[in-house]
Amino acid sequence: MHITPEEVVETLLMITQQNLDIRTVTLGLALDSCADTDAEKVAAKVYEKVASSASELVPVAEAIEREYGIPIVNRRISVTPVAQLAAACACGDITAVARALDRAAAEVGVDFIGGYSALVHKGIGEGDRLLIDSIPQALAQTERVCSSVNVASTRAGINMDAVSRMAAVVRETAEATADNGSFGCGKLVVFANMVEDNPFMAGAVHGAGEADAVINVGISGPGVVRAVVESLSETADLTEVAEAIKATAFKITRAGELIAREAARRLGADMGIVDLSLAPTPAEGDSVAAIIEAIGVKRCGGPGTTTALALLNDAVKKGGAMGTSSIGGLSGAFIPVSEDAGMIRAVQEGALTLEKLEAMTSVCSVGLDMIAIPGDTPQETIAAIIADACAIGVINHKTTATRLIPVIGKTVGDSVEYGGLFGTAPVMAVNEWAGTRLIRRGGRFPAPLGSLRN
Amino acid sequence: MQTPAVLTVLGEDRIGIVAGITDVLARASANIEDIRQTIIGGIFSMTMLVTVDEDVTPFDTLQTQLDEAGQRIGVQVTLQREDVFRFMHRI
Repeated sequence: MHITPEEVVETLLMITQQNLDIRTVTLGLALDSCADTDAEKVAAKVYEKVASSASELVPVAEAIEREYGIPIVNRRISVTPVAQLAAACACGDITAVARALDRAAAEVGVDFIGGYSALVHKGIGEGDRLLIDSIPQALAQTERVCSSVNVASTRAGINMDAVSRMAAVVRETAEATADNGSFGCGKLVVFANMVEDNPFMAGAVHGAGEADAVINVGISGPGVVRAVVESLSETADLTEVAEAIKATAFKITRAGELIAREAARRLGADMGIVDLSLAPTPAEGDSVAAIIEAIGVKRCGGPGTTTALALLNDAVKKGGAMGTSSIGGLSGAFIPVSEDAGMIRAVQEGALTLEKLEAMTSVCSVGLDMIAIPGDTPQETIAAIIADACAIGVINHKTTATRLIPVIGKTVGDSVEYGGLFGTAPVMAVNEWAGTRLIRRGGRFPAPLGSLRN
Repeated sequence: MQTPAVLTVLGEDRIGIVAGITDVLARASANIEDIRQTIIGGIFSMTMLVTVDEDVTPFDTLQTQLDEAGQRIGVQVTLQREDVFRFMHRI
C-alpha cells in the first residue's frame, strides 16, 4: 500500500478534530446573455439562467463530499457584476434583479450569491450609479444576495468620490437593516484591486475575463495549521514554524485542488482557481488569531502580531504554490473579527484594535472585515477608514477590502449576534480624529508611481 | 468502473470486526488489495486498500452498507476514494 496507515489517520484527524474542510465550492456564471432594456425581463432571464445552470451544484458537491470524506461547508454562486446589466436597461429600479438572484439561489439551495457589484475605481457610469443607489434596498429585501464595489486599483488610483458614496451606502444599508443588527452591511464589501475569481463571500464576482461557467474553490483549515504549530516544541525557531505551516498548507491545498477538478468535471464547467485563504470559523480553535497566539504572541493584536501573520500568510502561499498551479482569488489569510473566536476575545480583552487590524491588512488579504462599529459613526469617518484600506492596497499592489457594520443603536462594549459562520461582532472603538476634510475634498487619488510598469 | 478506495475502521476491540466488514465487501464485489491492522491500548485500528466495482455496487451504496455494518458491530467505518490520500500526501 503506497499510502501508509499513519497518513490515513493523519487525514482523518485533520477532518474530525481539526476542522479541515473545503470552505466553498463556488460556481461562477456569466450573465452577459441576460442583458435587456427592461429590468423585469433582465430579472426573469437572470433567474432562469442561474436556476438552470446551477441546478446540479449542490447535489454534485454533496456527492463529492460523501465520496472523499471531506466536508464542503458552502456551495455558492458568483455572477457577472450586475452593474453591467444595469447599464443596458438604464431604468430607475434594478432591485428586481437582486430579488431574482435571491430566488434563484434559494431554488438551487445555495446560501449566498455574489455579484450585485460594480467596478468604479476610475469613474462611475450610469449602470454603476443605478446599482450603487439600489444596494441598501437590494440587501434589505433579499437574504442571499451579496454586493461588492471596487473603488480603487493600483492602475487607476482611488476614486475618492466613490469612496464617499460607498460610505453613505454602508450607512444607508445599516439603517435599512437596523432590525437585523444592520446585517445588510455583512453582505457588502468595498474593494481596492478586486479580483475576478474570488470564491469567497461577500466579495465574489464572476469577472469579465472568465469563461461562461467556472468552478472556484476556497480552502480552509486554520484549525489544522493551529494544531500543527501547537505540536511543535516551545523552542522551535521561526524557520521550523514556517516549514511546518508550509507542509500543512500543501496538504490542505491538494485537497482543494482535487475537489476543484472533480467538481468542475462533474458539472461540465472549467476549473478556475484554488483560493489559498485560511478562513476561520467561530468554532473553537478554527481561528487565525489562535495560530498567531500559537506562534508566540500573547494575545492577537499585541506587538508581534503583524510579524506572525506575515509569516503565516507567506508560508501558506509557499506550501499552496506546490499544491496547485491554479492559485487565484484572494489567497491570503482572512481576519474577519466576528467570525473568529480568537479575534473576538482579543477585542473584548482590549488587545486588538481597528488600527492594528489595519496594520494586519498590509500583510494579508481583506483586513477590515466583519467589524462592527458604533451606529453613530459619521459617514466621513467610515469613508476615511475605507480610504486608508484602499491606500494600503493601491500602493502595495494587493487586494484590500472593508466590510464595516455600523450597528444602529449599538455602541462600544455592545456586541451583536449574527449566528452561524458570521459569529458575534463586538462593537469596536473608532478613532475620533478622522480625516473628514480630506474626504470632503473628493476627486481622485492619482494612480501611484508603482502603476507605471510598462 | 473500478474505484480505488481506503477503508478505515476504528473502535473498541471485539470478536468479529474483520469478519463483519469483509463480509460486506465480499457481497459488494469489492476486492481487498491490502490490509493492515493493529490494536493499541484496546483500540482496534484497521486500514484497507480496496477496489470498489461500481458496476456491481455504487460507491454511496457501499458506504451505506458499511455504515450499517459498523453500527451493528460497534465500530466507526469510513470509506473514502483513495485519490484524496494520494493528492494530500504525495507530490
